[in-house]
Order: sequence, then C-alpha cells, then structure tokens
Amino acid sequence: MTTSGWKSREKKRWPVSDSTAIAPAAHGAPEHGHEEHPAYLRHHFENVEQQADAAGFAMWLFLLTEVMFFGGLFTAYLIYRNWYYPAFVAASHQLNIFWGTLNTAVLITSSFTMAMGVWCAEIRKQSGLVLCLVLTFILGLAFLGIKTVEYKEKIEKHHVPGFHYSLNSFLDPDSDAEAKAAGDKPLALDMARHTEVYFSLYFAMTGMHALHMIIGIAILGFMILRARAGAYTAGHVTFVENFGLYWHFVDIVWIFLFPLLYLISRHPN
Amino acid sequence: MTDQKEMEESQHHIVSPVIYIIIGGTLLVLTGVTVAASYLELGIFNPIVAIAIACIKAVLVVLFFMHVKYSSKLTKLTVFAGLFTFLTLIGMTLSDYFSRAWGRW
Repeated sequence: MTTSGWKSREKKRWPVSDSTAIAPAAHGAPEHGHEEHPAYLRHHFENVEQQADAAGFAMWLFLLTEVMFFGGLFTAYLIYRNWYYPAFVAASHQLNIFWGTLNTAVLITSSFTMAMGVWCAEIRKQSGLVLCLVLTFILGLAFLGIKTVEYKEKIEKHHVPGFHYSLNSFLDPDSDAEAKAAGDKPLALDMARHTEVYFSLYFAMTGMHALHMIIGIAILGFMILRARAGAYTAGHVTFVENFGLYWHFVDIVWIFLFPLLYLISRHPN
Repeated sequence: MTDQKEMEESQHHIVSPVIYIIIGGTLLVLTGVTVAASYLELGIFNPIVAIAIACIKAVLVVLFFMHVKYSSKLTKLTVFAGLFTFLTLIGMTLSDYFSRAWGRW
C-alpha cells in the first residue's frame, strides 16, 4: 500500500485518464458480486495479464502507424538523394558531425535511463523510477538544446528553405568554412538550387522527430509527478512500459536519421 | 493486501538491468564505429556500412529495450508484419523511381 497522498487524490484529480483509474471493486465490491481483483483491472478483461497484453499490442499498432509516417519521409529523402545526388552531398557537408554524434549519444543514453525506469517500476522501486524519469527528461531536453544550436547555425547561414535561402556555400565553396573543409567543388546553378530540397527534408525530418521528443518530454513531466505520488510502483506498470516503447521508437528514428543525414555523404564518389 | 496475489498473477518477464547496461554500451560503441567508418574511404560501401550499423542498433533496441525478445508471439508477429509491410512499400516505391527512366537514354 502506498503511503503517499496518491490514493486519496486519485478520484478528484485524475478521473479515468488512463487504465489506472476504474474498477469499483476497490470501493464497492459487494454490489458487483465478483471476486476481488486489483483496482486497476478493467472489467472487460479477464485478468491483469490479458489487460497488459492488450495495451502492449495496441501500443505496437500505434507505433506501426508511426513507422509508416516516418517511412514516407525516409522514402522521399532517398528518392531525392538519388535524383539530386551532388546537391545532397554538398548540402550534407554543412551538418556538424560533432553535434550530431553527441546528440546520438545523448538520445541513446536517455533510452537506457528509460529502460532502467521501466525496470524500477517493475520491481516497485519508487525512488529509482523517479530518478530514471528525471534523467530521461533532462537528456531529452539536452537533445533539443543541441538541436537548437544546430538550427541556429542553419538560420545564420541562410540555409533554411524559403525567401532568404542562400546558395553561396554551394556556388562558391571556398567562401564557406564547412564546404571548404570538405573540399567541395562549385555546383552549377541548377544543381545548387536543389540543395534547398535537402534542407527542406532535413528540417521536415528532424523537426518531426523533435516534435515527437517535445511530446515525449511533456508526457515525462506528467509521469514524474505521478511517479512521485507512487502511481506506477504499486504493480501497474502499463503506462510506464508503453511510454518506454514510444521513447525507444523515437530513439530508433534518430538512429536512422543520423547516418542518412550526417554520415553517408562524407565521401562522394 | 492483494500485492502478493498480483505479483503471482502477472507472469511478466522482468529484463535484468545487466542486459540494459550491455545493450546501452553496445549502442554507444556502434555509434562511435559508424562515425569512424564515415571518415574512411570505402566507396560504395560507405552508405552500406552506415545503414547496416543503424539496422543492427535498431534491432538491439527493439529486441531488448522494447522487450520484443521476451514478448508474446502476438507482439513478435505484429512487429514483424509492420517491418515487412514497410520494407515492401519502400522497396517497391524505390525500385519504381530508380528504374523508371531506364532505356530512355
């Protein structure tokens, strides 16, 4: 039994916000005339295990729709890269491998802390769970912070698609530190223009990924509050587990974005 | 209370932190490897190596962090079906785009 105020606040503060709330069994079992069961078991499930399986299955179905969503962006990227190869090579040299690698490490570490959080919830270790969620939260923010540094660089160099887009770095590579370091040759005007396609896809893909991070961080904040009140360490870990699946999925998207955007065009042949 | 009963009821597999540490470490090492490989001159193998390492990392995350290795057959089938559908769609789309102009020049 948790000693915090969670139980008493449950009803008024979080009415049926997820599968933790329900089951009159806790307050009025006799009138239903059924066997006693955990308060979080909903009535349309046979048992706790079946409920957890159903929730996990549904989460995976949601993640499959996400796979298809990001898959469309990846496909677009591969098609355009194939069409405008020299432009994509030159444009990708503008990305900073140091920041990209650091961000990958940050995100993988956050996935690790999240996995440890799920473990803490499973063994009912509340302090460990809160610590893991807070670490994941901080690492998520660190990722977005580094992303901001990178975006700022693009804005300053006029590499954001739109009216102020500048072709300078690609028409005259010697004037640009990154292009010069990569040994870029000047592109013809019509090919140089297609670097804008690369940056459109760059901002679309990293932007959608960042949006997923922001949503994840917001949910993490909510979970930290509830975890502090003891919500996930009383045997019902579905919410933490399914959020973990989401967080790891976002990690996987970045695992593919990083080589595709930053690495594969280092050596054009 | 019912705590004990709940514990017995759920046949849930709890993945040990040792596995998480090993997998997390492996992922970080692979990140280093893929960055290092991108600085080598491998010709056509540069993108192939990068994508292959990304696939290995993704599989590790799915199997261990996302517990698929320890999940029910239903979950495994769902994940595999999703992957299969995705690869079919992307494969057919790319083969169409890449081969559309063949024989036109």
